[in-house]
Amino acid sequence: MASGEEDGAVEEKETNNKKKRTKSAIAIAWLTVYNIAMTAGWLVLAVAMIRFYLQKGTHRGLYRSIARTLKFFQTFALLEVGHCAIGIVRTSVIVTGVQVCSRIFMVWFIASSIRQVQNQESVILFLVVWTVTEITRYSFYTFNLLNHLPYFIKWARYNMFIVMYPLGVIGELMTIYAALPYVRRSGMYSLRLPNTYNVSFDYYYFLIIVMLSYIPLFPQLYFHMLRQRRRVLHGEVIVEKDE
Amino acid sequence: LKHYNDETAVVFFEVEILDAKTKDKLCFLDKVRPALHSGTFYPQWYPARQSIRLDPKGKSLKDEDVLQHLPVGTTATFYFRDLGAQISWVTVFLTEYAGPLLIYLMFYFRVPFIYAPKYDFTTSKHWVVHLACMCHSFHYVKRLLETLFVHRFSHGTMPLRNIFKNCTYYWGFAAWMAYYINHPLYTPPIYGEQQVKMALIIFLFCQIGNFSIHIALRNLRPPGSKTRKIPYPTKNPFTWIFLLVSCPNYTYELGSWLGFTLMTQCLPVAFFTLVGFIQMTVWAKGKHRSYLKEFRDYPPLRSPILPFIL
Repeated sequence: MASGEEDGAVEEKETNNKKKRTKSAIAIAWLTVYNIAMTAGWLVLAVAMIRFYLQKGTHRGLYRSIARTLKFFQTFALLEVGHCAIGIVRTSVIVTGVQVCSRIFMVWFIASSIRQVQNQESVILFLVVWTVTEITRYSFYTFNLLNHLPYFIKWARYNMFIVMYPLGVIGELMTIYAALPYVRRSGMYSLRLPNTYNVSFDYYYFLIIVMLSYIPLFPQLYFHMLRQRRRVLHGEVIVEKDE
Repeated sequence: LKHYNDETAVVFFEVEILDAKTKDKLCFLDKVRPALHSGTFYPQWYPARQSIRLDPKGKSLKDEDVLQHLPVGTTATFYFRDLGAQISWVTVFLTEYAGPLLIYLMFYFRVPFIYAPKYDFTTSKHWVVHLACMCHSFHYVKRLLETLFVHRFSHGTMPLRNIFKNCTYYWGFAAWMAYYINHPLYTPPIYGEQQVKMALIIFLFCQIGNFSIHIALRNLRPPGSKTRKIPYPTKNPFTWIFLLVSCPNYTYELGSWLGFTLMTQCLPVAFFTLVGFIQMTVWAKGKHRSYLKEFRDYPPLRSPILPFIL
């Protein structure tokens, strides 16, 4: 009788453990597929950009040619906010949210909607930065999930941002700045008085506020990454916190 | 270690105080009388910013706690935490409410540099704008008077940084709303007089309701005390909502701002109402939870802020 009870108890425990492991296994499987897909997507973008430049010899028209693919993969990244929200990725929802939203803002509300800035060099700058960063980041996650992380990927992920991050910010800020005169002239995305709901919105001033907000936000994110880097590359055994 | 005084056989305590974060020994007192109040340890930090607790991560002891009645042996270990610069609740409330009152009036009277120069010191031709100014001003005057004469606060103080945060919120939103309501290009409500009259009724009803709740809550607590009791409906019909809601003051506050939104038909006002509602719901849920924890016989029918819903 006693042993029977014991067996029952052990069995129950095993089923529970299996349930726990199965749930994580699904999450891991999904995340692996997701990260492989995103790595592939950004690789496709990189190849398309290089091919365009080699064939045409200029960056003019490059943005237009990759715009749809870029919109797709960058918007798809919204899922990462969901991953944090349900807990299968251990990063703050807010940090991920801010980063993804700023990318989506650049793609949909600046580059894609203001044609006149699409041929600016600053656009190419941030596109290159984003592509390099994302390929490194997503392949890092992929290899991590497969428990086979080559050191050079880890090195790239925690060192390249030191240069990439400021370059990306410069590209983004220059692009927004270049867009200002067109926004002002066209009055796009703006709402004037009088109207039924007694509210107004000026996209021009909104963009200026966005540019100013880089001043407090950028250092915070940058130093956060520097701290991460120090912890990870100093050889401490830490549960990887994805950015 | 017990020391006995020959005459009265008083048991003395030994008290050591450690820093809650670093666990450094900050001070050691021996021969402490059992009746020592916990709020008197450090002269260089005023008492309001001292937090003394039995466990480094636990709740603060209250000023009135007496050593003898705490669950410690005769050698007591306390943990000290500096709460940072403090400011009194009354000061914060007065500042954060005086701002909107004055700022709104500046926009109402169209003080220079806000609108185009040709509108300086003019008044709106819409009577709803005058009504809105009266309601908004009445609301904040009421709040100021309640702060001075009605409310009985549990805590004397809050962290200093709160005043900057709170004032930015109240003053910022007041300016944003007032700008549009008092704008020369303001558009009055679609349904005209009907809409404004309905909105005014809702607003006044909820202002009286909110005030009634504040009075009822004040009467639960004798002057100078910090006791907590379950609030119940009184003879005043506006308090009968206590049957269904734990924090009807927030319910009525939401109602007032919905009324004001309807009255002005202004999107920034709707937005302010929404943000306020979210914050008050968070507070109401917390209060409801602590009522449930503290009182075994708490009425089960009550919801935190919206009857049956939230």
